[in-house]
Amino acid sequence: MTHASAAHGTHAHSAHDDTHGHPPTSTGLDNKKIAIWAFIGSECMLFASLISTYLIYKRRSVVGPYPHDACLPPLCSTPLPAILDIPITSASTFVLLMSSLAMVLALAAVEMKDQPKRTTGERILGSSKLWLWMTALLGATFLGFQAYEFTSFVHEGLTLRTNLFGSSFFTLTGFHGAHVTVGVLWLLSLLAIDYRRGLGPKDAINVDLAALYWHFVDVVWIVIFTLVYLIK
Amino acid sequence: MATTATAPVYAPAERYVGESGVWSWLTTVDHKRIGTLYLFTSLFFFVVGGLEAGLIRAQLSGPNKHLVSAEMYNQLFTMHGTTMIFLAIMPLSAAFFNYLIPLQIGARDVAFPRLNAFSYWVYLLGALFMNSSWLINAAPNGGWFGYAPLTTYQFSPGLNIDFWVIGLQILGVSSLAAAFNFITTIINMRAPGMNLMRMPMFTWNAFVVQFLLVLAFPVITIALVFLQFDRFFGTTFYAIGAGADPLLWQHLFWIFGHPEVYILILPAFGLVSEIIPTFSRKPIFGYPVMVYATMLIAFLGFGVWAHHMFSVGMGPIADTVFGVTTMLIAIPTGVKIFNWIFTMWGGSVQFTTAMKFAIALVGLFTIGGISGVMHSSPPADLQQTDTYFIVAHFHYVLFGGSMMGIFGGIYYYFPKMTGRMMNEKLGTWHFWLTFVGMNVTFFPMHYAGLMGMPRRIYTYDSGQGWELFNKMSTYGTVLLIIGTAVFLWNFFRSHSIGAVAGNDPWKASTLEWSIPSPPPEYNFARIPRVTSRVPLWDITSPRLASEVPHTKRGDKRLDVDVASKHVGHAYPNPIGNQPKQAAEAGLHIEHATGRTAKDLGIPMPNPTIKPLICALGMTIMFSGLLFIHKDNMSLALITIIGGALVMTMALYAWLLTPLEDAH
Ligand code: HEM
Ligand SMILES: [Cu+2]
Repeated sequence: MTHASAAHGTHAHSAHDDTHGHPPTSTGLDNKKIAIWAFIGSECMLFASLISTYLIYKRRSVVGPYPHDACLPPLCSTPLPAILDIPITSASTFVLLMSSLAMVLALAAVEMKDQPKRTTGERILGSSKLWLWMTALLGATFLGFQAYEFTSFVHEGLTLRTNLFGSSFFTLTGFHGAHVTVGVLWLLSLLAIDYRRGLGPKDAINVDLAALYWHFVDVVWIVIFTLVYLIK
Repeated sequence: MATTATAPVYAPAERYVGESGVWSWLTTVDHKRIGTLYLFTSLFFFVVGGLEAGLIRAQLSGPNKHLVSAEMYNQLFTMHGTTMIFLAIMPLSAAFFNYLIPLQIGARDVAFPRLNAFSYWVYLLGALFMNSSWLINAAPNGGWFGYAPLTTYQFSPGLNIDFWVIGLQILGVSSLAAAFNFITTIINMRAPGMNLMRMPMFTWNAFVVQFLLVLAFPVITIALVFLQFDRFFGTTFYAIGAGADPLLWQHLFWIFGHPEVYILILPAFGLVSEIIPTFSRKPIFGYPVMVYATMLIAFLGFGVWAHHMFSVGMGPIADTVFGVTTMLIAIPTGVKIFNWIFTMWGGSVQFTTAMKFAIALVGLFTIGGISGVMHSSPPADLQQTDTYFIVAHFHYVLFGGSMMGIFGGIYYYFPKMTGRMMNEKLGTWHFWLTFVGMNVTFFPMHYAGLMGMPRRIYTYDSGQGWELFNKMSTYGTVLLIIGTAVFLWNFFRSHSIGAVAGNDPWKASTLEWSIPSPPPEYNFARIPRVTSRVPLWDITSPRLASEVPHTKRGDKRLDVDVASKHVGHAYPNPIGNQPKQAAEAGLHIEHATGRTAKDLGIPMPNPTIKPLICALGMTIMFSGLLFIHKDNMSLALITIIGGALVMTMALYAWLLTPLEDAH
C-alpha cells in the first residue's frame, strides 16, 4: 500500500480492498452492457435517417417501377407490376420474429447451464447449442428470403440505379440485411465457443449482448415492414 | 484553522517513468498515453490547417492577386475547414477526454482501453488518408459541408470528393467508438462518492458531448453513404434529374452539423469551467444550473439545424420556427457566460496564462454568440448568409471560443501531463499575440461581410471598399502565426526544462490533482472516496469547500453504494475539520513513489498491436473505393476484400485475447 493509508481500516474500507482487482462498477452493470445500449442509440439514428429518406422519396420517382402501384404506359414503355410482395415478406418477417424467440431461449439456456436437467423437455430447453443454431438458421433464412426478393425485383426491372425508390429501398433494406448478416456471424462465433469449451453462466453477458443486438435488429425490421411494406 | 497544517507536501520529483520506445507507443492502451498521442497529432494538424489559412489570407491580402489558382483556393479553404474541425479541434478535445475523464472520476483507465487505442489509430490513419490527396493534387474542393448535388459525380468527377467522403467516413468510426467508450466510462467507473452531481464540470461537458456524437454522427454517416453510393454505384439520391430533393443533403448534413458545433465548443466550455474556479479561488457559481444548461444546449442543438438553410426558401413557417429555436438556444448559453462571470466576481482572481485564455473565451465567445443571434433572424440572415459576416461569426466561436479554451486547457493541464510547468512569460506573449491577432483578423470580416463580400471567392476587384478589411485580416493572421510559434516553442521547451510541477501546482479542487504529475500508469494507488464536488479542497482548502453541499449526517442520498453494496459514506461535513473528516472518509493525496502497478498488485491491461492492425485494415478497405473511380475493378476488389480480411482477423484476435493477465 502507498503511504497515504492514514484512513485505512475505518469503516469506509471494510467492504473491499480496491488495490487488488477491479473496483466494482458504479451501476453494478457490466461495462459492455452500457456500451451496447449507447451503440444501439446510435444505430437508431442511423436507421432513422435511412427510413426518413425512404419515406421522403416514396412518391418522387420519375420513372417506374413503383412500390405499391403498377406502372402503366405512357409512364412506362412496358407495363411494370407493383414491386413489393407483401405475402412473402410477411413470411420472412415471421421467420425473423421467431428467431428472436429462439434467441431468448438461447440466452436462458446459457444462464441455466449449471442447473440439473431431468426431463427431455428441460434438456431441450437447456441446450444453448440448439437455440443458437435455431436463431442463426432463422436469421439465415430471413437473409435467403431477402436474396430471393432482391433478385426477383431486379428481374422485374428495379435496381439500385433505376429510380429513387430503387436507390432508397435497396439501401435501406440492404443496410438492415447487412446487420442481420453481422448478427448471424456473431451467433456462429458464439456457437464456435460453445462447441470448443461450452458456454456457461459466466458467458451470459456476452450472449446477452448478442441478444440485445439481435432483438434490436428485429425491432428495426418491424418498423421497416410497417412503414415500407404495409403502409401504402 | 486547520488549513495550513494539512497543506500538501510535495515529494521531491521522484517521477514515475513509464516505458518508452516506438513499439510501446504503437501498442499502448494507457488512456494517458493515448491522450498524449491525440494531443501531439492534433497540434500537428492544427499547424497544417493554420498554414492553409495563411495561404488563403496571403491570396486575399489585396485585390486581384494570383498567388494560387481558383481551383487551388477551393482546395485550400475546404481542407482548412475540414482539418480544423475534424483533425484539430475535435481530436484536441479527445486528447483532454482521454487524459482527464478517468482522472477526474477517480478511475484507473477507460472502460475499453483497446477500443480507445483503436479510436486513436483510426483518427490518425483517416487524417493521413485525407491529406494524402495533396500528393496527387486532388485535395477535396467542395467546402467543409460538401453540398450535394455539387459533390456528386456529375459535377465533381475528380478524386477530390472521394478523398473527402471516405476520409470523413473513417473519422466518424473513430469518434463513435470513442463516444461509446467514454459514455460507459463516465456512467460506470466513477469512484465511490462521485455522484453524477459531483462530477467536475469538464467531465459533465464531455459526457454531454458524447451523447451528441452518438446521436449526430450516424446522420452524417448516412448522408455520406448516400453520396458514396451515388458516386460509386450510380444510385440517384442526389440526382435532381431523377426527382431527388436538392435539400436532402443540406438537411442531413445540418442535422449533424449544428450539434457538431456544440461538439466543438462544449469541451472548451468544460476546460474553462475548471480553470475559472481554480484561479478565482471559488467553487463554480451555480453548478447545477451549469449542468442543466449544458444538457439544454445539447437538446435544443438538435432542433435548430435549418437556420443554416434560411436562404433556400423553406417558407415562413419553417423559417419562423427555426429562427425562434435558434434564439432560444442563446439563453442557456448566456446562462453559462453569467455563471463564469459570477464565479470570478468577488473571487481573488489570479491572472495566469490559463486564466487569461479562459477570460478571453468568455468575452470572445460572447461576441460570436451575439452575431449568431443576429443571423438567427431570417430577414437579417438573408443579408448575411454566405458573406464574410458568417466567417466572422464562426471564427469568433471557434477560434475565440474553442481554441482559446483549448489553449487555456493546455496551459492548465500541461503540468499534470508532463510534470513540468509551462513558461508563464512566453505564455503571456502567446496570449496577447493570439488575442490581438484574432481580433485584428476576424473583427474586420464583420464589416467586409456587411459590405457584401461573399465567402469562398478566390479573389476580388478593387474599389468595393473591401481592401482595408482584407489587409487587416491578413496582418492579424501574421500575428496569429507568430503567436502559435511562440506557443510551440514554449510547449516543447517546457517539456524538457520547465519547472517541476508537483501534484497540485494550481491548488485546484478536483481529483486529478491529488495524484503525482505525471500520473503513474495506474493513476490511483488506492481508489479515492469522494466527499463533495470539490474533493481536493476538502483537504487542501476547506474554507473554499464549505459552501458546496457535503453529505449531511444521516443523509442517505449521498451514501456510497457500490453495486448496491454499502461501502461507507462520504463524510458529513459542516465547516471545521473537513481535512480530518475527508481523510477518514477515504480521500487522500498520493505522492510520487515510482512504484509500478506490478509492485502494487494492480491489474493493468496488456499492451497490444491489434487495435492498430484493425484500424489499418479498415482504412485499407475504405481506400479501395478510390480504385472504382479509376475503373480498376479488380484492384478495388482486392483492396477492399484484403482490408476487410485484415480488419476482421485482427478484430477476432483482439476479442479472443483477454484484456489483462489472469490474476
Ligand atoms: C448562441 C449560439 C449560436 C447561434 C445563435 C448561432 C447561429 C448561427 C446561424 C444562424 C448560422 C447560419 C448562418 C448562415 O449560414 O447564414 C451559424 C453558422 C455557423 N455557426 Fe453558429 N451559432 C451559435 C453558436 C455557434 C458555435 C458555438 C459554433 C462553433 C463552435 C458555431 C459555428 C458555426 C459555424 C461553423 C457556422 C457556419 C457554417 C457554414 O456555413 O460553414 N456557432 N450560426
Ligand atoms: Cu448552426
